Amino acid sequence: MYVYDQYDQKIIDERVAQFRGQTARFLAGKISESEFLPLRLQNGLYVQRQAPMLRIAVPYGLMNSRQLRKLAEISRVYDKGYAHISTRQNVQLNWPVLAEVPDILAELASVQMHAIQTSGNCVRNTTTDQFAGVACDELEDPRPYCEIIRQWSTLHPEFAFLPRKFKIAVCGSAEDRAAIHLHDIGLELLANAQGETGLKVLVGGGLGRTPAIGSVVCEWLDKKHMLTYLEAILRVYNQHGRRDNKYKARIKILVKAMGVDAFREAVEQEWQALKDGPTTLTDAEFERARSFFDAPDYDSLDETEAASMLRAACDRDAVFANWVKRNTVEHRVPGYRIVTVSLKSTGYAPGDVTAEQLELLAELSDEYSFGEVRSTHQQNLVLADVPIAQLGALWQRLQAAGLATPNIGYLTDVICCPGGDYCSLANAKSLPVAEAIQARFDDLDYVYDLGPLELNISGCMNACGHHHIGHIGILGVDKKGEEYYQVCLGGSQAKDAAIAKILGPSFKQNDMPDVVDKILSTYVTLRQEEESFLETYRRVGIDPFKERVYAPAD
Amino acid sequence: MPRLIKDGAIAVDTWLAPVPGNTPPAAGQLATLEQWLELADKKGSAVLLEPGQQPDVLYDHLDEIAMIAISFPVFTDGRGFSYARRLRERGFRGELRATGHFIRDQLTYLRRCGFNAFQMADESSLDEAMNSLGDFTEAYQAADDQPLPLFRRRQPAVP
Ligand code: HEM
Ligand code: SF4
Repeated sequence: MYVYDQYDQKIIDERVAQFRGQTARFLAGKISESEFLPLRLQNGLYVQRQAPMLRIAVPYGLMNSRQLRKLAEISRVYDKGYAHISTRQNVQLNWPVLAEVPDILAELASVQMHAIQTSGNCVRNTTTDQFAGVACDELEDPRPYCEIIRQWSTLHPEFAFLPRKFKIAVCGSAEDRAAIHLHDIGLELLANAQGETGLKVLVGGGLGRTPAIGSVVCEWLDKKHMLTYLEAILRVYNQHGRRDNKYKARIKILVKAMGVDAFREAVEQEWQALKDGPTTLTDAEFERARSFFDAPDYDSLDETEAASMLRAACDRDAVFANWVKRNTVEHRVPGYRIVTVSLKSTGYAPGDVTAEQLELLAELSDEYSFGEVRSTHQQNLVLADVPIAQLGALWQRLQAAGLATPNIGYLTDVICCPGGDYCSLANAKSLPVAEAIQARFDDLDYVYDLGPLELNISGCMNACGHHHIGHIGILGVDKKGEEYYQVCLGGSQAKDAAIAKILGPSFKQNDMPDVVDKILSTYVTLRQEEESFLETYRRVGIDPFKERVYAPAD
Repeated sequence: MPRLIKDGAIAVDTWLAPVPGNTPPAAGQLATLEQWLELADKKGSAVLLEPGQQPDVLYDHLDEIAMIAISFPVFTDGRGFSYARRLRERGFRGELRATGHFIRDQLTYLRRCGFNAFQMADESSLDEAMNSLGDFTEAYQAADDQPLPLFRRRQPAVP
C-alpha cells in the first residue's frame, strides 16, 4: 500500500498544526461559529445529536494492521470503544470531544492517516473497488489512480470552497463494485485498441434529494491527462455550479441544466488552457504510484491442487463450507481467497466494529493476509489475500468474535445510515428498522433462497444509506411529526445502474418487517427459474408488488 | 488610511474604493466592471470583479491593467479562486487582490491561486492573520506560487 515519504508527512503534520490553531482560536472565541464550521468540516468534524462526529479518511478503503490498531486505541481513549464503517469506505467516531480532536488528528498522522476533506464542500475521499488488485475481472488496478487523485485533491487551493461536496470513484474491472455511475465523477479504466489504458469519464451522478445517474463526458481519455481533465471539470463546476440553493448545488444539477453536450464543451474549453501543462501525468509518476501496489509475495499453488484442498476442507464441516460459499470469493492467484468480514450481525448496528474486533482483525491480517484490511462501501471489511490452507483457522477466530455471519450480498447484509439515533438531520431512525428486518429474516435457508439482495436504509432524503440504489430501499420520512418509512424498489449500483421507484404511501416502523416480507414473497411467487429479485422486478414491474403490499387485510 | 496585506507585509491601500454608477472612475480609483468596460484607455486601470462576472472579458487587456480586485461577499463562495488562477495562467502580472469577507484560514489557498494582496473586511488583526500565510510550506499541486506539481519535484524518500 502507499507509504508516505517526507513530503506527504510534512503536509499532513502541517494540517494538524493548522487545525490545532483553528480549534484553539475557536475555543477562545476568536472565530465565529459560522467561520469555524467549514474549517472543522474540512477536517471531518460534524456536530451531531449526541456529540461531534469525526470522519476519518480511509483512502480508497485500504488500511494496514498498524492503522487498525491505532484506530482501536483512538476509539478506546477518545471515544466509546467502537467505530463505524461508512458507505464511502471511511471510519466514523460518534463521540469525540471537540477540544481533543487535534490530538486525535495527531495520533492519526503518526500512522499516516488523516481526516482531511472527509466532509465539507470540497473533493472528498476517492473510493474504489474493495477487491482492487485481487479481483479476477480486473483490467488494471485502480488504486494507483486513486492515490494520484488523492494527492492532487488534498488541500487543492482552488477547490476547497465548491458549491457543494464532490465525490470521485474509480473502477478498473468488468463488474462495477465502486458505484461509479452514482458519483459526481466516475472514472472507468478502459483499454483502447492499442492496449493502452485510458479513462471513461462520467459526470453528474449522485444520490441525495435528486438522485441521478452520471453522463458520459469523455469516452476515452489518455490517462496522462487525468488530472488536467479533472481540474477542467472542477473549474467549470466551481464557477458555474449553483450557490443560491444548496439543494440544487451538486454538479448533477449543473450538468442537467446545461445539457451534457454544452457541459462537455465548457470542460473542453477550460481544458485547452490546462492540457499538456505541468500537471500532465508522467510515466514515472504512474510507475511510482503503481510500485506501492505490487502483488505481495504469494505462494502460488497449482489450480487443481488448490481446488481440491478447499473441497476437502469444506467436506469436513458444513458450517465452514457455507461461510466459504457466502463470504469468500475467488482470488486472482490460485490458492488464495478474498474474505469479507461481515459487520452485519443482528443486534449490532450495520458497519459498527468494536476496538477489540479491530485489534483482532489487525492480528488476523498480520497472520493471514499480509497485514492489510480493506473497508467496503457496503460497510464490511475485507481480508483480501488469505491462503486457502488458513481459511479454517481464520474462520474459527472470526466466528468467535461475531465476525463470520454468512450473509454477504444477501438480504441481511443491510446498508444503513446512523439515522435518528445519531444524526440531527434524520427524519426517522434507521438502525431499529435494520435490526427488526434482520431479526425477522433469521432463517438463513430462506435468505439464501432469495438470492442476491441489497436492502439499503436511509433516515432522510440525504441518502447516506444509499436507499435509491438498493434493490429494496427504505427511506425515513416525517409525517406530521411521526416517523414513517417509504419503500422503493428496483435500484442498482452496478453497471446497469438504476434509481429505485417509490412503491406507494409510507408505513409505520412496526409494519416494516411485514412489508418487506410481502415484497419478498411476491418475488418468490413470481420468479422464474434462477431469476434474481432484480431480474424479476425488471420483468414484471412494480405493480404486482404494489398490489400485494397494499391489498386490504383479510 | 485603509490597510491590507500585500506581498507578505502590511501596507497602506493607495487605491480608492469603487463608486458604482455611470461616472467614470477618478484617477487612482477602482472601476466596477461596467465602468471598466466603458474606459477608452485601460492602461493603469483597476477593476473590481464580483462573483458571477467571468474574468474572460479582461483577457485582451491583461498587460495594461494595473490591479484586479476579486470580491468575496461571503467566504464560502469560492468562485474567486478559479478567477484568480485563470487570470494568472493567462499572464496577468499586476496586483491581484482579494477583497471582502474571506477569512485568514484561506490565505494560503488564495496566495497559491495567484493573489498577492489581501484586503480583509476586518483590519484589526492583520498581524495575526499574516501568520496563516505560513500554514503550509509544501503542497501537492502546481499553482501560481509553484509551477510544478510535487510529482515533478519529488526527491527520493528519506528513510
Ligand atoms: C451523522 C452525520 C451525517 C450527516 C449530518 C450527513 C449529512 C449528509 C448530507 C446533508 C447529505 C446530502 C448531501 C447532498 O446531497 O448534497 C449526505 C449524503 C451522503 N452521506 Fe451523509 N451524513 C452523515 C453520516 C453519514 C454516514 C454515517 C454515512 C455512511 C454510512 C454517510 C454517507 C453519505 C453518502 C454515501 C451520501 C450520498 C452521496 C451523494 O449524494 O451522492 N453519511 N450526508
Ligand atoms: S441519510 Fe439522513 S439520517 Fe441518515 S445519516 Fe444521512 S443525513 Fe443522517
